[in-house]
Amino acid sequence: MATLVSPPNFSANEDAEALRNSVKGWGTNEKAIISILGHRNACQRKEIRAAYEQLYQEDLIKRLESELSGDFERAVYRWILDPADRDAVLANVAIKKSNTDYNVIIEMSCVHSPEELLAVRRAYQLRYKHSLEEDLAAHTTGDMRKLLVALVTAYRYDGNQINAKLANSEAAIVHDAIKDKAFNHEEIIRILSTRSKTQLMATFNKYRDDQGISISKALLDEEANDFQKALHTAIRCLNDPKKYFEKVLRNAIKRLGSDEDALTRVIVTRAERDLRDIKEVYYKKNSVPLEQAVAKDTSGDYKAFLLTLLGKED
Amino acid sequence: MALTDELKTLNNAFSGLGVDEKSLISILGNSHPEERKCFRKGTPHLFKEDERLFERWNDDRVRLLKHEFMRFKNAVVLWAMHPWERDARLVKEALKKGPEVYGVIVEIACTRSSEELLGARKAYHSLFDHSIEEDVAYHIDGPEKKLLVALVSAYRYEGAKVKDDTAKSEAQTLSHAIKNADKTNPIEDDEVIRILSTRSKAHLREVYKHYKEISGQNIDEDLDVALRLKETVQCLCTPQTYFSKVLELALRNDVDKNTKKGLTRVIVTRADTDMKEIKEDYENQYGVSLSNKIEETANGNYKDFLLTLVART
Repeated sequence: MATLVSPPNFSANEDAEALRNSVKGWGTNEKAIISILGHRNACQRKEIRAAYEQLYQEDLIKRLESELSGDFERAVYRWILDPADRDAVLANVAIKKSNTDYNVIIEMSCVHSPEELLAVRRAYQLRYKHSLEEDLAAHTTGDMRKLLVALVTAYRYDGNQINAKLANSEAAIVHDAIKDKAFNHEEIIRILSTRSKTQLMATFNKYRDDQGISISKALLDEEANDFQKALHTAIRCLNDPKKYFEKVLRNAIKRLGSDEDALTRVIVTRAERDLRDIKEVYYKKNSVPLEQAVAKDTSGDYKAFLLTLLGKED
Repeated sequence: MALTDELKTLNNAFSGLGVDEKSLISILGNSHPEERKCFRKGTPHLFKEDERLFERWNDDRVRLLKHEFMRFKNAVVLWAMHPWERDARLVKEALKKGPEVYGVIVEIACTRSSEELLGARKAYHSLFDHSIEEDVAYHIDGPEKKLLVALVSAYRYEGAKVKDDTAKSEAQTLSHAIKNADKTNPIEDDEVIRILSTRSKAHLREVYKHYKEISGQNIDEDLDVALRLKETVQCLCTPQTYFSKVLELALRNDVDKNTKKGLTRVIVTRADTDMKEIKEDYENQYGVSLSNKIEETANGNYKDFLLTLVART
């Protein structure tokens, strides 16, 4: 369930005007920006951008980029883009980091539906004139490259057919791979990156039935190298995305000064999807509502914006 | 029917690709039992003398004949199919048949546009309840597995923008990998796979240009020993050369049935796209027009159907 609160009726032109008023002249009325954009869904935001362009012959996004700054600006920039475009931008940022932020890539390719992932790939090509896999492959090496490229190029079957025998045999392969820590990389990459999500759930369930512990627990290892950590992340995302996001949020807030990138990313990308469910998981695990934890760790306009996206009433 | 002419015609009616329905109807259909006996005695490759003193059909020939009669039906069914379903079924068939025909997988993954390949992947979901990459990864073993999985998963950028220095350095990488083929099989080389399976076709054309400057040869000529890679490289940027070769092989006399199927496949799948260029390339390479060669080698309805498709452009 989404946390975003948006009015069923709205006027793109009025909003565009109001936004114009909040950025023209001296200073910026951040509260107005938050109060409008923080309450509009993807369709509405798209209409507002179009209306703004038509009324003022200016790109609203560029204008906001120049008027705002810091974590607040980054959050608004990501929020205002179309979801697929946003993910393309996040992917590109992650790839271009000197140490490719593989978690973002894994998240995107494992949590999205096949059609959503396809939309991201298209948006990426439109924006960067390269294919996502092209850039990803060029910036990674070895097993990490194999895993990441396989995950982003997947176009998984999205039906409900399960092959129980296959689930059994592949659960055994996964078990051997984990047990030996030698990680027969080819096989485990193949399974994780090509099987349908329902088939994978059947495989993970079989694993749990056979071994007595869930597969994510079996992968906990302090000394895990980058590749093993990536496998772990992929499995967690495929197995239970909400639990995965809760953990990302918990780590982001816990860290001294908080990891704004991750915090922004999760809240902005999930506010229109399942942030409400993630909030519930967060409360269960931490005994503190997510809003409270976010409020404690952030400040100013950035904080106000995040809380709005989390569903705070004005 | 004692006339050798009619015997010859009948013989031809049963040889080559497809069957000459009209001759079979007019000659065989009008024949007396005696004439048919003459026919059977006069065609030892079709009928053999049984010890109990009758001429029996050669079982192998009957099996082959079944395929020849079906060629027209297969061509029609394939032609009427949605291109997505066509490609999905062709890949599935290739997976089932085994390594000798994996070239078809390369063909489809590399000669189709990004959207066409995507469509084939969608159709595959509907038809077989699996994804293409899932089945390719699961059923293929051996050195070509990584390349083939990567090729069918690609969603290449289709624009014209190319970075020249990247193209140059990637040509170097390829040249290096090919020179060191005795140490590592280039088809398993991670960089070779990355370049061939992720770069756009426009970019690859630049890479091939630089490759020729570096090594003096065209890249496909240097890959004569690595067939899959050669096919990949050709299909990506000079598909007409690849297709006209497939056709030339299919139209030869003594080739296996998989090679023969190339005729239907190429003509049906390319009649709406680049048939004109394929015809030109074929005539330049082999000195005879494609239509004439089909006229010589194929029979009956099958032949007429193919010629109609080929003549459309």
